[in-house]
Amino acid sequence: MSEKEELIPIYIMGKQYMVPPSLTIQKAMEYSGYKLLRGCGCRAGFCGACGTLYRIAGDYRLKIGLACATMVEPNMYLTQIPFFPGEHKTYKLDKITATPETLFSIYPEVLRCLQCGTCTKSCPQDIDVRAYMAAAMRGDIAAVADKSFDCIMCGLCAARCPAEEVQYNIGILCRRLYGRYIAPRAQHLAERVEEIQAGKYDDEIAELMAMGKEDLAQRYNTRDIEPD
Amino acid sequence: MTYTPKMYESIRRVEATRSERLSETFPRLSAEEKEELLKAFHPDFIPEAFATLRVGPNKGRRTPHELAAVLESRSIISSDFDVSRTDLETDVLVIGGGGAGSSAALMAQENGAKVVLVTKLRHGDANTMMAQGGIQAADQPQDSPTIHYLDVIGGGHYANDPGLVEALVKDAPDVIQWLEGMGAMFDKKPDGTMVTIHGGGTSRKRMHSARDYSGAEIMRTLRDEVRNRSEDIFVLEFSSAVELILDDKGQCVGAIVENMETEEYRIVRAKCTIIATGGSGRLHYQGFATTNHYGATGDGLVLAYRAGAELLHVDTMQYHPTGAAFPEQILGLLVTEKVRGLGAQVLNVEGVQFVNPRETRDVEAAALIRECKGRSKGVVTPSGFEGVWLDSPMIDLLRGAGTVARALPAMVRQFERFGVDIVKDPILVYPTLHYQNGGIKIDVDGATEIPNLYAAGEVVGGIHGRNRLMGNSLLDINVFGRRAGVAAALRAREVQPGKPTLQHLVEWEKQLQEADLEPPDMAPVLFPDYVGKR
Repeated sequence: MSEKEELIPIYIMGKQYMVPPSLTIQKAMEYSGYKLLRGCGCRAGFCGACGTLYRIAGDYRLKIGLACATMVEPNMYLTQIPFFPGEHKTYKLDKITATPETLFSIYPEVLRCLQCGTCTKSCPQDIDVRAYMAAAMRGDIAAVADKSFDCIMCGLCAARCPAEEVQYNIGILCRRLYGRYIAPRAQHLAERVEEIQAGKYDDEIAELMAMGKEDLAQRYNTRDIEPD
Repeated sequence: MTYTPKMYESIRRVEATRSERLSETFPRLSAEEKEELLKAFHPDFIPEAFATLRVGPNKGRRTPHELAAVLESRSIISSDFDVSRTDLETDVLVIGGGGAGSSAALMAQENGAKVVLVTKLRHGDANTMMAQGGIQAADQPQDSPTIHYLDVIGGGHYANDPGLVEALVKDAPDVIQWLEGMGAMFDKKPDGTMVTIHGGGTSRKRMHSARDYSGAEIMRTLRDEVRNRSEDIFVLEFSSAVELILDDKGQCVGAIVENMETEEYRIVRAKCTIIATGGSGRLHYQGFATTNHYGATGDGLVLAYRAGAELLHVDTMQYHPTGAAFPEQILGLLVTEKVRGLGAQVLNVEGVQFVNPRETRDVEAAALIRECKGRSKGVVTPSGFEGVWLDSPMIDLLRGAGTVARALPAMVRQFERFGVDIVKDPILVYPTLHYQNGGIKIDVDGATEIPNLYAAGEVVGGIHGRNRLMGNSLLDINVFGRRAGVAAALRAREVQPGKPTLQHLVEWEKQLQEADLEPPDMAPVLFPDYVGKR
């Protein structure tokens, strides 16, 4: 922040760099001379490109974080996990049903989960991954969908899983099953689609399209606004 | 990284006026007042920030200096590069792996095409993934596509292409239904009714959301579906299109693609090509911080422009009114408009309202800039940035305890990581570079002026005129991505490709020479340069 900020040592894949302590890991890597290609995406905590594993010297514990959203610390030893070879099974969503059997046949390894909780400790989104894997083992698709919703699919859970689960792909399968088959469909939406297809609004819109700027502006500036 | 004692002094003033403000509505500006405010304080109206283009289809027209520099630059590829070989052949080439590219790939595949999708980063690393607030569609009984049309065209200052707006609003409910059918988890009431709220410039509550991961939910659903169709859709990540290939009849027949890791070039030959490369926030117009993802460097604009495609409205950029102004680590990142949609007001250092929180983005942004730069009523941060308060704690008071945590989990998490609790304390915000309002000129099928070249998504111009409303971008990437995908697949069945050439580069060099230009840089730039910086 200030010019006088004292630099701290961090270790990128074992090599020491001196960086300002107010930086995120991502910015510290750039400050140190890295032009990022892998391991950098939205830079705002939404895309999961920058999953990072680190340890602070003197502490045996491995920690995790997103490089874009984690501040550097003195003597941080870090490496990024920009890709993890987790399996994505293909399926035809319109040909399957939202049943436990579907889940177990697409990802049979669900039932191998040890419930050790390493995934939960590894999640930079603080999702209780263990809990949604428990729901998956029960075949509770709705619960998996809800609990896994904030997943950014960075893959750190799978990278640390002793049972070799690919939790984030199990999560999205359940969310898609839930969204298509379990959540009630929006009836008003289906009706509106039919109305539009039947041409109900064609004349009204054609009238607006034919209007000059002044008439349109008049209509726009006097339109009624739905109250909260 | 919590607020400083000095900032807390100002927060106390915000808290002091809060209960009174709960029932207060700041009056909306008249059309004349808006006009005046924009002219005085919106960055689009700073003449020194713009250049007049000297070459290409938009010659004589204005664009920001930073965009002019890349549009007037040289190709990375030399015009004598051998394009006669073929490394990869396909019906439809999609350039870009965000929402528009993915929806285009899906619809092209459904219409019988083999698809290659190339993307500079990973599939899904795109502004789509970061969109939080929502997606518009007129599907409620009190709403209609006609009213949506009026909101879009008024918000865009009547500069929109009417045909594109018609397509946008009429396809909107169908797009939502398509996504619902693919399992996207929209926020719904127990009976299935969509939960919809207001956004800036909407006259009906039309904003659909998926918590505040709306874009992420749409993006990961589209991406998952593309992966399910991997037999027909081949995705090539970390691969940038660096130049288009035209044939001797002037048709687009594919692109030169750089493998970003090995730095090799591959020739991808395609019957039709769809540019879906997104926006250009990482060019940092006028030095603004941006909400955009790392790869948003305007690549598609450069490729299309050099090949002879006209660009619309590239003299107007969208500055999102509420970018984070504190803490410094997240400077410029998006604070979703949904925060205002849920009722949070905008306040100056005294804790006083100065603008209705639901004005369109350009007007709202200009009002924030005026409050800080014109009236010196902003809050100054320890690192010298300035901002005003967005009163997020109001939301739980208006809508019940727990609303912020439930409706804005991404925002809560974003700030919590740096020690700020937005349930309890307001958020310091300042406008940030968010969206490229203009772009490549297309028709309702996404076709550009270059035969067999299509475009969709943020790279396109004309849909939103001179200002886009919240929630119409997640919509347009799907509407025009799908349309371009269908049109390209159908067109691919009848295309007769000629001899591939880079003749357009020879002509480009000639144009540069005639204009006496010796551009030092090559484009597309592909990534911003942050090396050694902080």
